[in-house]
Amino acid sequence: MSAQPKSLFEKVWDAHAVRILANGQTQLLIGTHLIHEVTSPQAFGMLRDLGLKVAFPHRTFATVDHIVPTNELVEPYKDNLAQAMMDELRKNCAQFGVTFFDRASGKQGIVHIVGPEQGITQPGTTIACGDSHTSTHGAFGAIAFGIGTSQVRDVLATQTMALGALKVRRIEVNGKLRAGVYAKDVILHIIRLTGVNGGTGFAYEYAGSTFDAFTMEERMTVCNMSIEGGARVGYVNPDETTFAYLKGRPYSPTGASWDAAVARWRSFASDTGCRYDDVIKINADDVAPSVTWGINPGQGISITENIPSPETATSDDDRAGIIEALEYMKLPAGKPIKGVKIDVAFIGSCTNGRLSDFQEVAKYVKGHKVAPGVRAIAVPGSQIVGLQCEKLGLDKILIEAGFEWRAAGCSMCLAMNPDKLIGDELCASSSNRNFKGRQGSITGRTVLMSPVMVAAAAVTGVVSDAREVFAVN
Amino acid sequence: MALAKITSVSGRGVYVPGNDIDTDRIIPARFMKCVVFDGLGEFLFYDVRHTPEGVPTGHPIDKPEHKGATVLLSGANFGCGSSREHAPQAIHKAGFRAVIAENFAEIFFGNSTTLGIPCVQAAREDIAKVAAAIEKNPALEITVDVTALEVRFGSDKITITQRESARDGLINGRWDAIGDLIDGLTAVQATAAKLPYMSAA
Ligand code: SF4
Repeated sequence: MSAQPKSLFEKVWDAHAVRILANGQTQLLIGTHLIHEVTSPQAFGMLRDLGLKVAFPHRTFATVDHIVPTNELVEPYKDNLAQAMMDELRKNCAQFGVTFFDRASGKQGIVHIVGPEQGITQPGTTIACGDSHTSTHGAFGAIAFGIGTSQVRDVLATQTMALGALKVRRIEVNGKLRAGVYAKDVILHIIRLTGVNGGTGFAYEYAGSTFDAFTMEERMTVCNMSIEGGARVGYVNPDETTFAYLKGRPYSPTGASWDAAVARWRSFASDTGCRYDDVIKINADDVAPSVTWGINPGQGISITENIPSPETATSDDDRAGIIEALEYMKLPAGKPIKGVKIDVAFIGSCTNGRLSDFQEVAKYVKGHKVAPGVRAIAVPGSQIVGLQCEKLGLDKILIEAGFEWRAAGCSMCLAMNPDKLIGDELCASSSNRNFKGRQGSITGRTVLMSPVMVAAAAVTGVVSDAREVFAVN
Repeated sequence: MALAKITSVSGRGVYVPGNDIDTDRIIPARFMKCVVFDGLGEFLFYDVRHTPEGVPTGHPIDKPEHKGATVLLSGANFGCGSSREHAPQAIHKAGFRAVIAENFAEIFFGNSTTLGIPCVQAAREDIAKVAAAIEKNPALEITVDVTALEVRFGSDKITITQRESARDGLINGRWDAIGDLIDGLTAVQATAAKLPYMSAA
């Protein structure tokens, strides 16, 4: 062991740094490249134009998620543009020798759910994907970057990209979360504290006893939304929970190489006493069930608070932001968020579309009915998650309660498939972005919250405190 | 690959006020159903430029006096949200060659630089000064000088900042890293050989 204690970020960076480029950036090796249909076709096009091949096809994995209809299983899809993207990805994977988890494989799903599920996402590795929520994979102690299409081209062609090192901020959450408080609330709380650009230039190391106790799925939910606070990278140090999750997955090492891998993975964890550029400490007790009221994920409050009003603004910017958000959201300033009428309830996405999310929801909605007039849809994040839920009968519980149970995909998280809001519908959503128009209607409104809070809103027809609706204590 | 040295960008400017202008606003997701980037320019800021019924709202970039503008000005945290390169592509295809803002979201900044679009930072008051000058005379030539780190307009100028690696890349014609990265392929193989998980299964 070297004398100088290092953070996981530094160790992974050093192990993958190829050389320093003329402009001072590092040529960084990307161990695992994940691709999907939206941001890869142009990159493959550029590759062809340059007459290049995929440098490491065996480290490149594709799936299809954004455009797949969740209630239409057979190709050709009704939407020609969606079908064209599907065909393009299939052609590119075949031509360049890339593994494609398509629907026929039974392993298709949202890229950030598929990687971990297959055991492709591993500690001490670097991962890139043309998608800003790639930070999800950091839950395993990987350094995972969202990249643009030109960088997708770079990684396809060279398995590297040019990058400047990030600063590291440790966000420590200690203690036990109160009943009815979830990982989603932790990250909404963090983003509310730092603002939507507070993380610019940083990699986040999430730590503390709360994270130690979290399951992998909970860690993924938090890492997933790092970018919503401006941080491109978020990670949790690998530990026994990480190794137990990975054991026996299709791409996990086996036999003697398993033991060697675990020893190696362990060595990447941040050393005690390593240097951080910043540290934030949060008490788990202070985290409440949270909801957003505005048009960015930093505009969040606890369910018991009132919607902010321009008078309570802390600055001119804040005031302008509140006015713009309230106007768009058509919400009353200074009034409780609790009781705001919803039209749609969406449970799914790469933030909260995993088995434990549906288990938790099913546990509470059993015996309840979706309120009249509310359209409620539940969308597993992958085919495998869907199957697991169906084996446990969770789909039946949800359907019985009045939810539609769909096939895997990004669905209503973004407006690239048939699942969309209509007009100014208000959606209680377990996804990660509440930007204007995000869910497919120019005037559609999104209120972000945990899956159980979405379920509570679905059965009451209004934004609700799940602890009261489901008598959680 | 020889790339142009982008030392400065000159042209008319247009000011799009607001903070946290996210990538969904720059290019709404439904316009990303494409396998090439061509044609994205007309959908830049689409949902702000049109009412839900499709009627133009008179957005700054649609004003006749701003036609042909090449310098885009905005507020803080410009380009936050997704990693979609469709956002800077739409800006580029709409004719913009430089963006001035208080600051930029990380991924957007990198994507823009790789396309050779200088994203430069300026103080809010200074951006307001340029915006006021454009308001007075929309035909005014704005020069974003990446080498001298200043923006000149009429007889006035403001200072700007830019991350050194991006500035170096632009002014030395190495803003797109692909050539450099390919040159390093032998070293890449050597680094990969030291990492057990990189070996072929
Ligand atoms: S679920 Fe939403 S955030 Fe996640 S990859 Fe799909 S579109 Fe992006």
